[in-house]
Amino acid sequence: MPTDTFDIMLLLAKLTLLYGLVMTAAAYLVLAERRVLAWIQDRTGPNRVGPLGLLQPLADVIKMLTKEDVCPAGADRWLYYLAPAMAAIPAILTFAVIPFGPPLTLFGRNIPLQVVDLNIGLLFFLALSSIAVYGVALGGWASNSKYALLGGIRGLAQLISYELSMALSLVPVVMLAHSFRLGDIVAAQASVPFIVYQPLAFLIFLISIAAECKRVPFDLPEAESELIAGFHAEYSGMRFGLFFVGEYINILVLGGLAATFFLGGWHGPWLPPAVWFALKVLAFAFLFIWMRGTLPRLRYDQLMHLGWKVLTPLALVNILATGWFIMVL
Amino acid sequence: MSFFADIKALILGFWTTLRHLGRRSATIQYPEEKRSPFPRFRARIVLTRDPDGEERCVACYLCSAACPVDCISMQSAERPNGRRYAAWFRINFSRCIFCGLCAEACPTMAIQMTPDYEICKRDVMDLVYEKEDLLIDGCGKDPDYNFYRHSGIGVVNPRGGNPDENPPLDVRSLLP
Repeated sequence: MPTDTFDIMLLLAKLTLLYGLVMTAAAYLVLAERRVLAWIQDRTGPNRVGPLGLLQPLADVIKMLTKEDVCPAGADRWLYYLAPAMAAIPAILTFAVIPFGPPLTLFGRNIPLQVVDLNIGLLFFLALSSIAVYGVALGGWASNSKYALLGGIRGLAQLISYELSMALSLVPVVMLAHSFRLGDIVAAQASVPFIVYQPLAFLIFLISIAAECKRVPFDLPEAESELIAGFHAEYSGMRFGLFFVGEYINILVLGGLAATFFLGGWHGPWLPPAVWFALKVLAFAFLFIWMRGTLPRLRYDQLMHLGWKVLTPLALVNILATGWFIMVL
Repeated sequence: MSFFADIKALILGFWTTLRHLGRRSATIQYPEEKRSPFPRFRARIVLTRDPDGEERCVACYLCSAACPVDCISMQSAERPNGRRYAAWFRINFSRCIFCGLCAEACPTMAIQMTPDYEICKRDVMDLVYEKEDLLIDGCGKDPDYNFYRHSGIGVVNPRGGNPDENPPLDVRSLLP
């Protein structure tokens, strides 16, 4: 625990900086998604607010803040108000363990460029992603609406199923790095990123995080064409905004984690480490947007089939193979 | 095995969307960019005049009868020389669906569609066009056509005075 004033100030500064950065990046990711999707579909996208539409996130925030906050009749009021926070806060919290640069030496002190370097960082992330399930489930349950309930149930089943394969695909990473600490995992990839040793685990992790942030091939919890907006169908105003921005924070966080676990985190030639990390995160964000512009939604049985009968066994076999290689070599 | 076919289809899909990413957008940025509509584009309706500068409309009510949304109304009147005209003529453009049936029904080519599609107003009542708003000075699409030169007996010219008419025969001259 940091006890002296400087440490506390430093922690607060890092928290504020990171929080501001993540929120801004998430807001602009919304704009980026709208623009890139528009380009994919030969449209222009929002380009009216400010130069090139760059003030669009600001306009969206003002719109959401000034909208009426509706609580449907018969809703479970407490859970209804709690659910958006349950969806957004774990996503932001996960950012605390991601290292976005090598430790800095400032005023003779060693400052790690992450909020906390937990020795169980990976488990912390898995635990938080489990808590994020409650946002979807409670939001769907408390809305007192059939669409929201169906979306919540789907989200619950989907997130739990894919969490399994996600966690299993991270086991080889831990085996190679000999640590749950994210800083150690990044340090272990100083020469060769783990994607070279673990392409299969990377693929499984990629598919699982797409399902984990409810993105397009796996957007069953909010499937517009059948469930209107799924678990957040009844939400309005900034509570809807929390769900919405939580989804985009999730993309950034999971992209950052994918970069940390498989692409060597902030390691990279020529450019500064923080820039490399940002580039990798943005590459994942673009991949998710690109996927949304390309892939159709899976059917529910296909989703479960892929999760339980393909990804989970593959991840288990991958763990076995990795273990065998580590033992033999 | 369909696995490789699926992978191929996946790659093809991603490649297609990536190709479209660099393509020019098909959107027309409306207030800045405008398309020029075709001459026969069906938009704002006008009432035209014949080559002599008189109103073509003879207030026959065919346009208002043809109008599927009943947005045309008028009151007919007659001048001392027998020429009919509309005492008032009103088109409610907030109801008009620009189907062009009025222009098709018009026997005198008076009511015509123009390509001017920008008729947005702040106030709905401004979309109700009266006769003085509708009437233009020109002849519109058929500059030579003059209804009373072909029909409307004895109004503009005495019987048989129009260029493509023969004077009425003296029936007695046909007697054997």
